[in-house]
Amino acid sequence: MSFPWAKQYEPANDFTKFLDEKLPLPRFVYNAVGAGYPVPRNLNYFWNFGVLAGFCLVLQIITGVVLAMHYAADATVAFDKVEHIMRDVNYGWLMRYAHANGASFFFMVIYLHIFRGFFYSSYKAPREMIWLLGVTIFLLMMATAFMGYVLPWGQMSFWGAKVITGLFGAIPLVGEPLQIWLLGGYAPDDAALNRFFSLHFLLPFVIAGVVILHIWALHIPGSSNPTGVEIKSESDTVPFHPYYTAKDGFGLGVFLILFSIVVFYLPTMLGHAENYIPANPLSTPALIVPEWYFYPFYAILRAFTIDVTIPFTGIVLIKAQLLGVIAMFASILIWFFLPWLDKSPVRSGHYRPLFRKFFYVFLLCMAILFVCGGAPAYEPYIMLSQIATAYYFLHFLVILPIVSSIEQPKELPFSITEAVLGKDDKSVLDKPAAAKA
Amino acid sequence: MIRIGALALGFFFFATVIFWSFIPGAYTHFFGEHPPKAAEKVFHLEPKDVSFSFDGPFGSWDAQQLQRGLKVYKETCAACHSLEQVSFRSLSEIGYTEAEVKAIAAEFTVPGVNPDTGEAEGRPGLPTDKFPSPYANDIAAAAANNNAIPPDLSLMPKARKGGAPYIYSLLTGYQDPPAELLQKYPEAKPGPGLNYNPYFKNLNIAMVAPLTVDGQVTYDDGTEATVDQMAKDVSAFLSWTAEPTMIERKRTGFWWIGFLIFATILAYLSKKQVWSSIKGKD
Ligand code: HEC
Ligand code: HEM
Repeated sequence: MSFPWAKQYEPANDFTKFLDEKLPLPRFVYNAVGAGYPVPRNLNYFWNFGVLAGFCLVLQIITGVVLAMHYAADATVAFDKVEHIMRDVNYGWLMRYAHANGASFFFMVIYLHIFRGFFYSSYKAPREMIWLLGVTIFLLMMATAFMGYVLPWGQMSFWGAKVITGLFGAIPLVGEPLQIWLLGGYAPDDAALNRFFSLHFLLPFVIAGVVILHIWALHIPGSSNPTGVEIKSESDTVPFHPYYTAKDGFGLGVFLILFSIVVFYLPTMLGHAENYIPANPLSTPALIVPEWYFYPFYAILRAFTIDVTIPFTGIVLIKAQLLGVIAMFASILIWFFLPWLDKSPVRSGHYRPLFRKFFYVFLLCMAILFVCGGAPAYEPYIMLSQIATAYYFLHFLVILPIVSSIEQPKELPFSITEAVLGKDDKSVLDKPAAAKA
Repeated sequence: MIRIGALALGFFFFATVIFWSFIPGAYTHFFGEHPPKAAEKVFHLEPKDVSFSFDGPFGSWDAQQLQRGLKVYKETCAACHSLEQVSFRSLSEIGYTEAEVKAIAAEFTVPGVNPDTGEAEGRPGLPTDKFPSPYANDIAAAAANNNAIPPDLSLMPKARKGGAPYIYSLLTGYQDPPAELLQKYPEAKPGPGLNYNPYFKNLNIAMVAPLTVDGQVTYDDGTEATVDQMAKDVSAFLSWTAEPTMIERKRTGFWWIGFLIFATILAYLSKKQVWSSIKGKD
């Protein structure tokens, strides 16, 4: 949706006039990220992460395509090919370190983006569809990153692939055939490496497609904002360009500095040393863990250590491993239901005192899961991840619905303008403001 | 009431984490025993504190040191370890001339075929070859080394947590097992063909101490070849083989990040300028 006061695109010369008639691409851009797109004037820096995520995707695709030119998905040479990229290809080291650390930074950005959504309830009506598409993107990203990590064919690549695909083996009846079908064999080998490469190449473009839908869905209601009060008049908004292009430009600069410090000075900090040892099916690493961005979900997976049995008979109903798999998938799928679990009419956490407290407890819960996911499987980590897993589901399934129905929200400002300036003399709601604010 | 509950719960989580992270061993009180402390948990040592010329954001290679390290590798380590990712040609990056590279390559025998009979046989290395393994295959390697295969060293500093200091510590860390260890953990006594080294992950390594006497290698640049010096030099050399582009990376990063800081300052100023016409917080 565009607001009635949105500026209209006017072709400046004959060429753009011609273009506007035949293929109105400049108009499209103008209305999407130009002066023709009014945006709340009060967005804080948490609203930068969407643009940054888009940047990361483009960066992954560009560096990835270059890597793919020099890589070969063959278990006998994959490891050496990656080293060939590091040593012999011009700026190959840069492409590879940017790609590997780019994945990490992509996830950092996405986590901040998602938690912004949790805090400001960005998932609520009228933005449910944006949220649903976002969760879909996150799932696709996880699949992409998992398969990408297998490609260098180091020890962690191999054993990570083995452990994760092994999870499917936990599914009753179809588990084992399914696992063999997924891998194209009993253990990860050439067949698996080739299909992972093929899918790892494909999925980012699928992600790009879903991102387009995500942004399309966003442009219908427009962005939410830190007050959570919807736009009421022109004075609540500023045109995207130049206001948010300038702000996003600055944000991108800060992001690039942090990213470059890691790429150029600490490029192996976020990885595992074991992955510089070629894959060896005969030697199991002491500790098999995924990349850091999967830690919280890996902790949920490993939190289930006891089979569900019929008491006193010893008959196993559900194996612990299967429970873990279900819980791990459920922990993300549950986000799809969030718009309907949190019923409070107020969006922003700033005006929801009770919700805010639980939000911080939830952050702590995620932090605990994170630590446990990277830790070896012994006490106290098992116990901690069990408590935190329980609390994770409690938060979404019990706490959020209850809190949203009993809490007394604080008084909301009349409008964004009032929140920013302290007063808003336009109380006429639906009349488009004629004069400039 | 719920607020109190929330706070209590939050506090509980908070306190739990703080408690476990700061009081060592406190958790065993609640959740039973930690896995029994194995000898390698008690006697294992972290790498020694040693610095190299390539450390830090402004570090650079010491070409003399890398050449000395190559000599140590050639004369001792190469008897058991390959450098399969490293081509002889790339030695020109550490200061060898084309002729010297050719000569070094020719010192090694690589797999080839007899041009007349077509039968497999070794031939002298060429600059385009990589540092070969001294063994025909893994089985031969294991058979010659008490069932332990000497790993390829090309990426060693990146493939172990401690990097170059770890390799240095490992090479200089051979010693007799402490009496206390033998007393407390008789089963941790090095088995036949194993050597006690507290820097190795499970304390007993199959590699015999490769650097044992001063002067084992004669350096061309007159540096005194103490065991310590040789260990340091070969660790530096292996850091180069692990990432020959390390210094190029750091130098590129310096200019690039400098540019980024400049561009980001400009971006900040223009953002401020754009928003200055709007009242209230941005
Ligand atoms: C007599 C053969 C032999 C020589 C000479 C030798 N090594 Fe080794 N090396 C081995 C064997 C065998 C292993 C495997 C040890 C094990 O896994 O217990 C090994 C392992 C290693 C490791 C890996 C340790 C780890 O953390 O897994 C490094 C590093 C190493 N050697 C460095 C060197 C260097 C540097 C030299 C030259 C100064 C050298 N080696 C000379 C046989 C040798
Ligand atoms: C959603 C975006 C993407 C993510 C999250 C992602 C993630 C990853 C990860 C985690 C690795 C392992 C890095 C390592 O340990 O070295 C990897 C490797 C790789 N990726 Fe991607 N990737 C993405 C997009 C792409 C694209 C679009 C391509 C190619 C068209 C690509 C090609 C490759 C190749 C060839 C490798 C193996 C080389 C290497 O290990 O450095 N990636 N990717």
